Amino acid sequence: MSAAPETKVIPSSLGPDSEGSTGASSVTQGSGHRDDFGSRLGMWLFLVTEMVLFGGLFIAYSYMRYRYPAEFHHGGGELNATLGIINTLVLLTSSLTVVLAIVAVQRAEKKRAMAFLGGTLVLGVTFLVIKGFEWAAKFHHGLYPNSAHLATLPPGEQVFFGLYFTMTGLHGVHVIVGLAVLGVMLWWVATDRIRQDRYIHLENGGLYWHLVDVIWIFLLPLFYLAA
Amino acid sequence: MSSTHASTAQPSYLVDTGARQGLMAWLTSTDHKRVGLLYLYSMVSFFFVGAIIGLVMRLVQLTTFEKLITAQTYNALFTLHGVIMIFLFVIPGLPAVFGNFFLPILIGAKDVAFPRLNLASWYFYMAGAILAVLALFTGGGAPDTGWTFYAPFSLKTGTNVSLAVFAAFILGFSSMLTGINFITTIHRMRAPGMSWFRMPLMVWAIYSTAWIQLLATPIVAITLVLVILERFFGIGIFDPAKGGDPLLYQHLFWIYSHPAVYIMILPAMGAISEIIPTFAKRTIFGYKAIAFSSMSIAGVGSLVWAHHMFTSGMSNLAQLVFSLLTMIVAVPSAIKVFNWVSTLYKGSIDFQPPLFFALSFIFLFCIGGLTGVMQGALAINVHIHDTYFIVGHFHYVMFGGTGFAFFAALLYWFPKMFGKMYSKKAIYASWYPMFIGFNMLYFGMLILGMMGMPRRYYVHLPQYHTLHVVATVGSWLLVLGLLMFFGALLYAIFKGEKAEDNPWGGVTLEWTIPSPPPLENFEEIPIVTRGPYHFEPQAKS
Repeated sequence: MSAAPETKVIPSSLGPDSEGSTGASSVTQGSGHRDDFGSRLGMWLFLVTEMVLFGGLFIAYSYMRYRYPAEFHHGGGELNATLGIINTLVLLTSSLTVVLAIVAVQRAEKKRAMAFLGGTLVLGVTFLVIKGFEWAAKFHHGLYPNSAHLATLPPGEQVFFGLYFTMTGLHGVHVIVGLAVLGVMLWWVATDRIRQDRYIHLENGGLYWHLVDVIWIFLLPLFYLAA
Repeated sequence: MSSTHASTAQPSYLVDTGARQGLMAWLTSTDHKRVGLLYLYSMVSFFFVGAIIGLVMRLVQLTTFEKLITAQTYNALFTLHGVIMIFLFVIPGLPAVFGNFFLPILIGAKDVAFPRLNLASWYFYMAGAILAVLALFTGGGAPDTGWTFYAPFSLKTGTNVSLAVFAAFILGFSSMLTGINFITTIHRMRAPGMSWFRMPLMVWAIYSTAWIQLLATPIVAITLVLVILERFFGIGIFDPAKGGDPLLYQHLFWIYSHPAVYIMILPAMGAISEIIPTFAKRTIFGYKAIAFSSMSIAGVGSLVWAHHMFTSGMSNLAQLVFSLLTMIVAVPSAIKVFNWVSTLYKGSIDFQPPLFFALSFIFLFCIGGLTGVMQGALAINVHIHDTYFIVGHFHYVMFGGTGFAFFAALLYWFPKMFGKMYSKKAIYASWYPMFIGFNMLYFGMLILGMMGMPRRYYVHLPQYHTLHVVATVGSWLLVLGLLMFFGALLYAIFKGEKAEDNPWGGVTLEWTIPSPPPLENFEEIPIVTRGPYHFEPQAKS
C-alpha cells in the first residue's frame, strides 16, 4: 500500500474531470475508463466484509472462552506453539515478498517481481504443508470434531477444538484462494498485463494476502498461546 | 442541469448493439440498466412463487381444504415462503432493481463502478435462487425449520437444510458485492457539482443500505457456514450436547437479520422520498433530516437485534437495553414520515398512481411501524411473542412497506425504464382489491395474534376460525389485485402508449434524458448546479 505512488486517473475524452468542492473525481467510464482509486476502495470494502466474516467467529470464540476459561487454557496446551510461531514467520515473510514484488513492478523489474511472487507462492504452500502436519497430528490423537475420543473430553474442550478446526480451516481456505489469486498475478506479470503503469490488480491481490496474514496474527495468540 | 441534445446519437439501451442478439445480449450485458431489468424479471417471478405458497398456506386454514397438504408439507411451505420472499424478493428488493437502474443516472454517471461485478452479482443471485429451489426436491425433503434456521433443530432435522442454507450463503454474496459496488459508485462517480447534499434522497437511502449490506451480511454468511459445518462434521459450537450454545446461533443470526430489515425498508423510503416531491411539485421538507435519518437508522438499527429474543432466556439487563434501543430506532423512521407529510402540505398535488401507492405505503408502514414499537415493549412482547401478531406486523412492514413502495417505485419509473405508459385506470382498479385484501389478511392476523393464535401452526382452535376465514378471503383479493397490477404493466410493456421523457414533471436527472434511456445514459455528463428537488415556482391560477 504505502509503497504505491499517486494514483493515475486517465481522463477519458467523454467528459471533464471534476475538481474542487465536490470531491467526486473521474466521472467517466466506457472504453477509456480507469479509476485505480475506485478499484482500491472496492477492494478495501471487500476486505471489510472478510473482517466481519471472521468477526462472527471471533465473537463465538470470546463468548466460549468466557464460558470455559479453564478448558480453553488446557486445549491451547495441546497445540504445538512452535509450529504456530514458525508458520507466523512464514506468512509474515510471504507478505514482505508481495510488497517487494509490487516495488519491483513499479521499477519495471519484471524478472525480480516474478521471483518475489514465486517466493510468496512457495511460502504460502509451506504454510499449508506445516498446517497439514499439525492437523494430521491432531487427527492421529483422535482430536477432531465428532471423534469418539473428543466426546470423552469436557464440553469446553470439545468447543475449543470445534473452533480451532473451524477458524484455522476457514483461514486455510483463504490461504488457498490467496495463492490462486497470486498465481494469476504471477501469470499476468509474466504476460505484461501487470506492468509499471498498470499494477492495481497486483496491489489488490497483495492487500488480500495481507488480510490473510493479519487474521493469522490474531489466530496465533487465541489458540496457540492460550495455554 | 445540462440539457440533452435534441438529436440522440445513441440508441436506446433496449436495442441490441453488440455482437450478440436477443437473450444472450441480455445475459452477457454489463449495462446497469439491463442488469436492473434482469433482477426485476427474476424477482417478480420469485415473488409470485412465494405468493402462491402463501395462498396455499391460507387455504389450509379453511375447513374445506384442511386435508390439502400434510403438516410436514405445511412446515416446508412456511419455510420456503419465508426464504423466497425474504432472500429472493425483499432483501435484493429496491436496490437490485431501481438501485441498479437509477443510481448511476441519479448521480449523473454512465454506469456503476464495477459493471462486470454487477452482472456477476446477478449470477450469484440466480445461482442462490436455483439452489434454494433445488433444496425443495433433493436430499431428505424440503427444509422445515422456518426461514430462521434456528439451532439446534436445524442441526438435527433430516430435511435438506444444508443446501437451503448454502443457497442463502450464495445470495449473501450477491448482496455484499452489490453493496461494495454501490458505495464505490457513489463515492467515485458523481457528476461534477453533484455534492453529497445535492444527491437525490434515493441515493442516500441506497448508500446507507449498502453499508448495512457490507457490514451485516458477512455475519450471517459465517453463521450459515457454521450450520453446514455442524451438520457435516459436528463441530459443536451451537450444539448444547457438545458444550455449544444455541442462543449464540440466535444472536449471530439476528445480528444480520435485524439490520436486514433495514436493508429492505431504507431503499423503499428512498423511493418514497423521490415520489412525494415530484407529485407535490415542491421541494422535499427537511432534506438533511431525511438523509441523516437514513444513516442513523442504519447505525442504530444494527444494535437492536436481540429484541427478537426477549423470550429466549437473556439477562434482564440485556432485555432492557435492547428494548430501549428498539424504541429509539423508531425516531428516525418517524422523522421521515413527518417530513413526507410536511412536503405534501401546501404542495400543488398532482394525484397520479405512483403517489397513490406512495400514500398507501405511508399508511401501511405506520401500522407496521407502530405495531413494531408495541413489540419492543417487554411486557407486551412476552404476550404476543411467536403469535400471528408478529406475522401481521412484519407483513405490514415488508409487504405494506417495502412491497407497496416497490410498486410505487415501479409505477413512478416504469415510463422511464420501458418508454411506455401503463393504463392508469387499470392500476387504480388493481389498488382496491390489493389494499382491501391486504388489510383483511394482515389486520386479521394482528387481531388473531392478540387473541393468542400461535404462528406456524398447521391447525387452529375453533375460536380463531372466523378471523382465519376473513384472512383467507383477504388473501384471494390480494392475489387478484397483484395479478391485475402486473397484468396491466405487462400489457403496457407490449401494447402501451409511448411515454414522454418526463411524464410526471420530475426534476431529478433521470427526467432530463430520453425514455427509455440511451445506452450510456447521458450524451454528455451533466454539470449539477443545484439541489435535487428544485421546482420552478408555479403561477397562481
